[in-house]
Amino acid sequence: MNKKPLFNFEKKSLTDILKDNSVTLMFVLICIICVPLSGLSPSYLINEVVTRVGRNTFLILSLIIPIMAGMGLNFGMTLGAMAGELAIIFVVDWQIWGIPGVILAMIISIPFSVILGLFCGAMMNKAKGREMITGYIMNFFIGGVYLLLVLYVMGTFIPIKHAALRIPRGYGLRNTINLISMRQCLDDALQITIGGVKIPILTFMVIGLLCLFVIWFRKTKLGQDMRAVGQDMNVARDAGIKVERTRIIAIVISTVFAGFGMIIYLQNMGTLSTYNAHAQIGMFSIAALLVGGASVEKASIRNVFLGVVLFHTMFIVAPKAGAAITGDSMIGEHFRVFVSYGVITIALVMYETNKRNEKNRRNKKLHSAKKEGTDNG
Amino acid sequence: MEKLGKASTGLELKDKIRDMFKSLGLPRLIMIGFLIFLFVVSPIVGADLSRQIGNTLNRFSWNAVIVLAMIPMIHSGCGLNFGLPLGIISGLLGATLSIEMGFTGGLSFIMAMLISTPFALLFGFGYGVLLNKIKGGEMMIATYVGFSSVSFMCMMWLLLPYHNPKMVWGLAGKGLRVTISLEGFYDKFLAGMGEIRINDDLIIPTGALVFFALLSFLMWAFLHTKTGTAMTAVGSNPVFARASGINIDRMRILSVIMSTWLAAIGILVYEQGFGFIQLYTAPFAMTLPAVSAILIGGASVNKASIGNVILGTFLFQGIVTMTPTVMNSVIHTDISEPIRQVVSNGMILYALTRKTEG
Repeated sequence: MNKKPLFNFEKKSLTDILKDNSVTLMFVLICIICVPLSGLSPSYLINEVVTRVGRNTFLILSLIIPIMAGMGLNFGMTLGAMAGELAIIFVVDWQIWGIPGVILAMIISIPFSVILGLFCGAMMNKAKGREMITGYIMNFFIGGVYLLLVLYVMGTFIPIKHAALRIPRGYGLRNTINLISMRQCLDDALQITIGGVKIPILTFMVIGLLCLFVIWFRKTKLGQDMRAVGQDMNVARDAGIKVERTRIIAIVISTVFAGFGMIIYLQNMGTLSTYNAHAQIGMFSIAALLVGGASVEKASIRNVFLGVVLFHTMFIVAPKAGAAITGDSMIGEHFRVFVSYGVITIALVMYETNKRNEKNRRNKKLHSAKKEGTDNG
Repeated sequence: MEKLGKASTGLELKDKIRDMFKSLGLPRLIMIGFLIFLFVVSPIVGADLSRQIGNTLNRFSWNAVIVLAMIPMIHSGCGLNFGLPLGIISGLLGATLSIEMGFTGGLSFIMAMLISTPFALLFGFGYGVLLNKIKGGEMMIATYVGFSSVSFMCMMWLLLPYHNPKMVWGLAGKGLRVTISLEGFYDKFLAGMGEIRINDDLIIPTGALVFFALLSFLMWAFLHTKTGTAMTAVGSNPVFARASGINIDRMRILSVIMSTWLAAIGILVYEQGFGFIQLYTAPFAMTLPAVSAILIGGASVNKASIGNVILGTFLFQGIVTMTPTVMNSVIHTDISEPIRQVVSNGMILYALTRKTEG
């Protein structure tokens, strides 16, 4: 598994390689076409990409563990994002500045994330085989609870001290919250500039730590259990693994990391749009992961980095390139949303067709084996 | 058992009531109770009851056909049609093309229906073929097929060569507007037919209700034909269906086409009631309410009836229209939106996490 070469040339034919990496190749092509059309200077483009890599990678990494456990793309990661937002709201209200604020927000987000993750995992256990759609609907369900919290409970039952956060009527939070107290504190702490490109070393170090954690986690007993559960739940159960518990743990870990990721994302953005910051996070993170060549059942750290670079390059250049081609910048905006949805659709279709083919093949094998058995007997 | 047989008639009645309650299920009883509560409370807190009933009826007539579009796919075992936007897009194409071609008044509605039909058939067929390739993962993929098609059409609405000044942006002279008024076209076309005006607030949209009743009857009749029964068999017991020689894939495609077409007609009915065509990202907002409406009505992921559609749409729209006014009168803030979100999505979650039979 770990010693696999980058591309497996010996075993597969060229068409297979093209097919397996079709989404990634398509994106490379889009980027090659759109980058010159957009007319953006290379230094600006690289700067933007590096910023976005720092901003988004942690969120995308949080998706890996549920995929390992065979639960598919965790559309419920948005729950973690909401937990992160709640934590940040408290920290901003308590006026804790800079990196201590970020760390405190991460600590506060943990209980929220754990509770939401437990709930989400329990629901997914009840809807085995439908984890993704359940996670997806879960977003909207918890999204409603989140709205109730920030619109009505905060400022009435939960004290919010600072008037700058509240709507003038006295309770409920403003549409956007300024995170000036922790704006880019993580990024600026250890920043170096190479050829005009700012590199946020500390943020990358945090991301690196999570990568190391994922690599280490795969080798632990729990990680092995998760892979076994992902392979075949029944076999895993027979082997004495507590399947339900393992699956819930996978989702809890993912949710907690998504919460951290959201906090990193928000400190980079510098503002929090209270009601819809989390709305698109799940979709864009999942699309980026898939662009990097991951599938519903397999994702590696390489996929995350390749995906985040390609996806966000496209994201930056699409509006400009769209404007250059059609004379209307809205086209590019719609185009990038269309591409993100399209990528997820293609990945899901490929996953399901593969699963079905595999099942048919296995059934055929079983059938012929049985036949042989009866013939011989 | 014998002892039970000798029990008094009172107990039997109790059993009957209990059976009825059981068949309705707890979530439905809570919903019904809540709606009745709202109706009782609204005059007390000073909301105008006849206006509330009028609103609920009207919104029922707008939405019922879209909810009906869920039925065929549930019957054939394709699950909840999260790909509803595909059908809605066919309807929108029909609506905009009909206006572009210069039809006005009621004729524009009929032409919109006619023009959207080939689109719905084509899209539905393609969608059905796709869903056959991915049996078991329909719902998630349907969601994303809907999403991609809506965002693709977002580009198309800007690029397609529409020129009717009633629909395009005034300055540029091209690209469709986000909302297009239907005044002079088919605004209230069905609703206005034989409308019964009880008072200014309570107007019964007879035409739209009759239209829905007609479609429901056709759907009911279809489900009782040979093809319809075969479709139900595919959904409830695919092994049995295959054994009795039913072409499963064809049945599923047929059901998807029907769902898509009904969604196309449904959005036209919605528009004639609402008075506007909504383009671009608007179709996103139609899916989840329709899905949760049929679930509130008592359907499950693989079982649904016309009764579920009627009860569900009425309950859902009733709660949606009543809650804001009642809440506003009581606590002077509108917390209905998050509550609606929690209730409707909670309903979908409940349905997804239940074990499906068969």
